[in-house]
Amino acid sequence: MTTTLRFRYAKLGKVRFTSHRDVARMWERALRRSGLPVAWSKGFSPRPLLSFGYALPTGCESVAEYLDVHLAEEEGTPDRPDGEQSETSADEQRPWSPAGCVAALPGRLSPLLPQGVDVLAVGKLGDGVDSLQQAVTSCSWELEVLGVPAEELATRVEDLLDARSAVLRRERNGLQADGDLRPSVRALTVLGAVDDVPGQKVARCRLHAELATQPRGLRVAELVQRLGADLTLVRACRTQQWIERDGIRCDPLAMTGRAEDSFHAPHAEGRAS
Amino acid sequence: MDSLWSSIEPLLDGVSTPGRYVGGELGARSPVHDPGRVSWLLVYPDTYEIGLPNQGLQILYELLNERPDSLAERAYAPWVDMEAALRGAGLPLFSLENHLPARAFDVIAFNLSAELVYTNVLNLIDLAGMAVRASERAAGDPIVIAGGHCAFNPEPLAEFIDAFAIGDGEEVVGEINETLAAHRGTDERWSDRAAVLRSLAEIEGVYVPSLYEAHFANGRLLGVSPRLPDVPATVSKRTVADLADWPYPRQQLVPLIEVVHDRLNVEVFRGCTRGCRFCQAGMITRPVRERPAEQVFTMVQSGLERTGYDEVALTSLSTADFSGIEDTVRRIISDPQHGEHVAVSLPSLRVDAFTVGTAAEISRVRRTGLTFAPEGGTWRMRRVINKLIREEDLYGAVDAAFSQGWRRVKLYFLIGLPTERDEDVIGIAVLAKRCVEIGRRYHRSPTVTVSVGGVVPKPQTPFQWHGQDTIGELRRKIDLLRRACRGVRGLTLRWHDPEATAVEGLVSRGDRRVGAVIERVWRAGGTFQEWSERFDLRLWLDALAAEGLCLDDVVHRSRDRDEVLAWDHISAGLHRDFLWSDYQDSLNEAVVEDCRWTPCYDCGACTSGALEHVVASPVPPAGGSQGTGQDLSCGDRVPVRVLGR
Ligand code: SF4
Repeated sequence: MTTTLRFRYAKLGKVRFTSHRDVARMWERALRRSGLPVAWSKGFSPRPLLSFGYALPTGCESVAEYLDVHLAEEEGTPDRPDGEQSETSADEQRPWSPAGCVAALPGRLSPLLPQGVDVLAVGKLGDGVDSLQQAVTSCSWELEVLGVPAEELATRVEDLLDARSAVLRRERNGLQADGDLRPSVRALTVLGAVDDVPGQKVARCRLHAELATQPRGLRVAELVQRLGADLTLVRACRTQQWIERDGIRCDPLAMTGRAEDSFHAPHAEGRAS
Repeated sequence: MDSLWSSIEPLLDGVSTPGRYVGGELGARSPVHDPGRVSWLLVYPDTYEIGLPNQGLQILYELLNERPDSLAERAYAPWVDMEAALRGAGLPLFSLENHLPARAFDVIAFNLSAELVYTNVLNLIDLAGMAVRASERAAGDPIVIAGGHCAFNPEPLAEFIDAFAIGDGEEVVGEINETLAAHRGTDERWSDRAAVLRSLAEIEGVYVPSLYEAHFANGRLLGVSPRLPDVPATVSKRTVADLADWPYPRQQLVPLIEVVHDRLNVEVFRGCTRGCRFCQAGMITRPVRERPAEQVFTMVQSGLERTGYDEVALTSLSTADFSGIEDTVRRIISDPQHGEHVAVSLPSLRVDAFTVGTAAEISRVRRTGLTFAPEGGTWRMRRVINKLIREEDLYGAVDAAFSQGWRRVKLYFLIGLPTERDEDVIGIAVLAKRCVEIGRRYHRSPTVTVSVGGVVPKPQTPFQWHGQDTIGELRRKIDLLRRACRGVRGLTLRWHDPEATAVEGLVSRGDRRVGAVIERVWRAGGTFQEWSERFDLRLWLDALAAEGLCLDDVVHRSRDRDEVLAWDHISAGLHRDFLWSDYQDSLNEAVVEDCRWTPCYDCGACTSGALEHVVASPVPPAGGSQGTGQDLSCGDRVPVRVLGR
């Protein structure tokens, strides 16, 4: 039996300009430095077994990124799956043990990651849990857009929510296709105007959105585009990912079984730039 | 000095790969500026991805930040979209650490590793907010310095750079800093630029082009001579005697985004005396200075632990020649601290079966492709260039590669070499086909990729007098090869654009007049010329014509012995006589052995600098040594097992 750990982490500040792939490589290096016994794929070019959730677009921030890390072996199972004996000396040297120190992992991993990537919480996954890519059904976002006053924006949001369909012309791989984005908008509210930005001349508003990831993800940029060509998205932060099952929405870390199996870092949230 | 970050940040949503502009690498410093420290902006004039791994720049970055009287930040060439965004917003070139404007620094120092970036150098000086011509810069502008391999012919950039540092930078950077600190202490920053430059010219290895005049008559260079009596007629390169004194970089930068050579790099030796006659790097970095194996191991171990990389490259011009390379490699891969997934890569493999054996041992995990550089298609050609790989060793290496699990072999060749005949060019195809046949013995569909490039006879090499092949001639030879390779399954031919090779020849071999050509190309928008999608021969030809110059004269013409060469006043330690006689030997197919393990032939590198090789092993490596200590009479014999069928 193998152990899988699910981490929740933030990506805030300058590091938001790196890509999803870049973040994966940051994690690989940090995990190697941590000494955590990560499992490796078999075959021609083995890779560490990490699975990331729904990709965060380059430029967006997040306080709700998730990563599943598959560990090489479970405590109390001295034999590796391939029958090879594990080296006890290596086990003794191992700087962590699953039972004791999972709670300490966020604090140990954050300093090994670039500034702005902070590990917020961790939990042990039960068996047979779907991968993040399959399981996550929607994401919540906090957005800031520039262009129109809050009242005007609120009217447009209402119109969109009232409409039965909202067609958007998308271009992907050089092909144009019309798609209805209305079903993907689970929630959309104007939170208010932002007026504490020095030197600001154009109206700036904050929005909350919950966008479905299935059957097809809606990008925040597409949503803003649909709200009006005169709007510029200036900040986007993913605040939550949701797994909905039988009408109940929960956090991906809630899949980690008993509550005491997941551990939250107390004060890691907030803007790190 | 205020950070420009709040103005730069909004631009980043609209540009490609914004991670290039944010800094934040592991190992990056955030130096505190104060009047007691000379501030340097170290610039690599190509994209972040190409420039970040540059070890020379990283070494200077650490050295300058360790000193109490200096500090350094970095910048790379913003890609075209970001440059447009910056110019559109009225923003200058900026540093990555504190996002400060380039002009806020006391010194802007360029690393010159490739000649085609010269238009970028001008562009970056301009983007910094200064006049591109050194003579037009104002008091208070940063001093512009350049160093790196290309500085061995500084003349094409002479009008734009205030001072060049020639050779190894570790020691001279400190001396330059002390001189600058002394000037900076007394008056307002660089109020008397001329005085600062005069002082810099007193440092050994520093060339201040404005203190020299280039004389011409009838369209030919007559000489470059000092304008003042106390300025040296020849500037000699700097060489650090012992690499063990310089275990840098200690904290290699780990970037947030993916870059080329994205791995730990540890330099195992500097210099090479194999004596390949086309190789500028080998000629200008003599003698060989090995790092002690123990230090290599410590640097690898601490580097892997610190960075979390799973790959380390042992770098040098020919790493298989490092004394005791197998022991070092074995020790790295069997070190329990790194686990079983660390890969060691040896760039620049020597071509013999023995070396492939070592490669097999270390690439337990990723065995994809293996690259060899025989450079010449026939034994005769390889004697001309002194790359003494016998047919037997070559096929042995390829056999070893295919039999030990590799499916792809890549072969590098040069064309346009002195004395080259069509049969030598076709020899490349003959050789490659045999390699495919060897591969078929072990795999159903082996691939052999042949890459050919036109040779640029580089300054400070025995070929410096040789006329470079024209674009048309290179094209003809490539066509010959294409025809000879056609229809062979598994054989792929790639070639370097002959037009880009011609321009590389122009900016490598040119004299001071080429500066105006570079400036015209830059003004016409010709940046990032080393990128094939941006390269434009038309711009160069137009600029040449406007300056009354032509490729034929600068690039394709062979010089005779006594003609003054644009770089004759810069010394890499090599006697001009040695280079000339080695060139003559080349034309006569006469070869030289590696002086690391055989008697000195007085090229000048050691003798003129009171230096010697630092090499742990007194004998050539076992199992193959590219000529030295080998029987060369059978060099052209193709083993029967290759011919046999
Ligand atoms: S001076 Fe002699 S030993 Fe030194 S590099 Fe030249 S030939 Fe070799």
